[in-house]
Amino acid sequence: METLIAQLLNGLSLGSIYALIALGYTMVYGIIQLINFAHGEILMIGAYAGFFAITKLELGFFPALIVAMVVSVVLGIIVERVAYKPLRNSTRLSALITAIGVSLFLQNGGLQVFGTDYVTFPRAVDKVTYKFLGGNATITSHQILILIITVIMMFILQYIVHKTKTGKAMRAVSYDKDAALLMGVNVDSVITVTFAIGSAFAAVAGVLLGMYYQTIHPLMGSMPGLKAFIAAVLGGIGIIPGAMAGGFLLGIIETLVSGYLSSAYRDVVVFGLLIVILVVKPTGLLGKDTHEKV
Amino acid sequence: MKRENLLIGILLIVFYAAVFFATETGLIPPYYQVNLYLMGINIIAAVSLNLIVGFTGQLALGHAGFMAVGAYISVILTMKLGQPFLLAVLAGAAAAFLVGILIGLPTLRLKGDYLAIATLGFGEIIRRLLDNIDYVGGAAGINGIPKLTNWTWLYIFTLLTIFIIKNFVNSTHGRACISVRDNEIAAETMGINTTYYKVLAFSIGAFFVGIAGALYAHYFFLIQPATFSFMKSFDALVMVVFGGLGSITGSVIAAVAVTFMNAALINFGTLRMVIYALLLVIIMVFRPQGLMGTKELTFKRLFGGKERGGSANVNDKTSD
Repeated sequence: METLIAQLLNGLSLGSIYALIALGYTMVYGIIQLINFAHGEILMIGAYAGFFAITKLELGFFPALIVAMVVSVVLGIIVERVAYKPLRNSTRLSALITAIGVSLFLQNGGLQVFGTDYVTFPRAVDKVTYKFLGGNATITSHQILILIITVIMMFILQYIVHKTKTGKAMRAVSYDKDAALLMGVNVDSVITVTFAIGSAFAAVAGVLLGMYYQTIHPLMGSMPGLKAFIAAVLGGIGIIPGAMAGGFLLGIIETLVSGYLSSAYRDVVVFGLLIVILVVKPTGLLGKDTHEKV
Repeated sequence: MKRENLLIGILLIVFYAAVFFATETGLIPPYYQVNLYLMGINIIAAVSLNLIVGFTGQLALGHAGFMAVGAYISVILTMKLGQPFLLAVLAGAAAAFLVGILIGLPTLRLKGDYLAIATLGFGEIIRRLLDNIDYVGGAAGINGIPKLTNWTWLYIFTLLTIFIIKNFVNSTHGRACISVRDNEIAAETMGINTTYYKVLAFSIGAFFVGIAGALYAHYFFLIQPATFSFMKSFDALVMVVFGGLGSITGSVIAAVAVTFMNAALINFGTLRMVIYALLLVIIMVFRPQGLMGTKELTFKRLFGGKERGGSANVNDKTSD
């Protein structure tokens, strides 16, 4: 029972990080139907920005989080403007390959600049272990912090998407780009804003991931990025609540598999799950069926 | 037309003999020989992937997985069961073909990005499974593989791959595949069994890249699951896109060029991948249709003769 609760809590914190990353994927996909493979690398840059803000600028955790978000947002906008915008009207394949190219560029640029060693992420927040259920289960302050930050970020996103004018424009563009354009929505700036929001979420996820694993590395973004994409597909890509649900679900499944089966088969199960979902219900758990017309 | 084929045949034999004597007499230093072999293997991988991505229009990112199947099965046959090389290569390819059908049947119902992710997932699954099978050495892989791939085998298999895929593409089946790429719904309306042709192209591609895997394993002494990571699939995709989706000669040229580029940049360390990625983005932004588009490089095109019939160029419209 204790291990189950511990696994579930672990899964929940890992899952909330996945959910934060998955939100970025799902928003970008919802707007321009592009799998932004570079998303994991934007997360990595965010984690390094947070790392330098804490160690070099000696900032606290929350100011460092803000610095990380700003750096990632700038990077996200640059990537969108330089690499993706010129390809807006070309084939999906060219856009996808460009995204993989940008991802490789940032990964290897990171290896070049930051070195190939794992760096210890500073403990900006004290790790306190709390006991509950009569001392049978424990939860750390880091897990609580990850959960609280994730919930706050999700509320902010819901507010932006449903209550602001920008959010309305985003929904309009994802529904029908041409019609939105005709209604006077500046599609280009909406796309840029989407990338900016997604990148900010990635930065938060990067810093939290650094805190969770206590190390960072230039390649740290690729695997969580891929997993978060699976989470987005699991919940139904393009659907914001789907990405959240998918992220939590994937995190819990992953920790349960490594806890009760074997960590060696963790990734096999995760990818297997992706394929089962894709084959059985390609639109995801919360997705609606759409039929292609000629 | 006949005279042109004869000319190509003679040129191919002369090239084979020239390289054969150059390697035998040590005229080509070992370092360049490694790249020569890589070139052949890359050509097979690129041309076979072009059949799936370029001609049939199915974006598959799991090519390295099939390469791994070919490599591991062939090595098990030669090393553990003591079978001859040719049988091992063909068995590896056949295994990749079967895995291709198994994977293709469920996933090819998916379209575009979903298919890309599903095939990427399958590539990863194959790699992770190999990581956990002790019979083939787990993550450490197999080393001490006998060096059975020689220039003759490499040359024969490379030519066979190009020849068979070229003829497949120009056959009824190939045209069906192209029609699936151009408009799947229209193809289905015309009575083409789209699932059948997608799986067919997918598993034929898997078959040939299985050969490439077997040749690779028996030249480089060591195979590990990490050798066949997503990067290898991506390398093949880069060659296909560089050369032009739907151009076999384009893939060949791109495979040769990319191998050269990798060899030239080898001293730059991690900077090599930075340059590689940057080049890729630049090419995609400025010339998304690749080097050749869907055109083929022929003698007529080279020497300015008039194109007759244009049977190989029915799909030129995308390169305009």
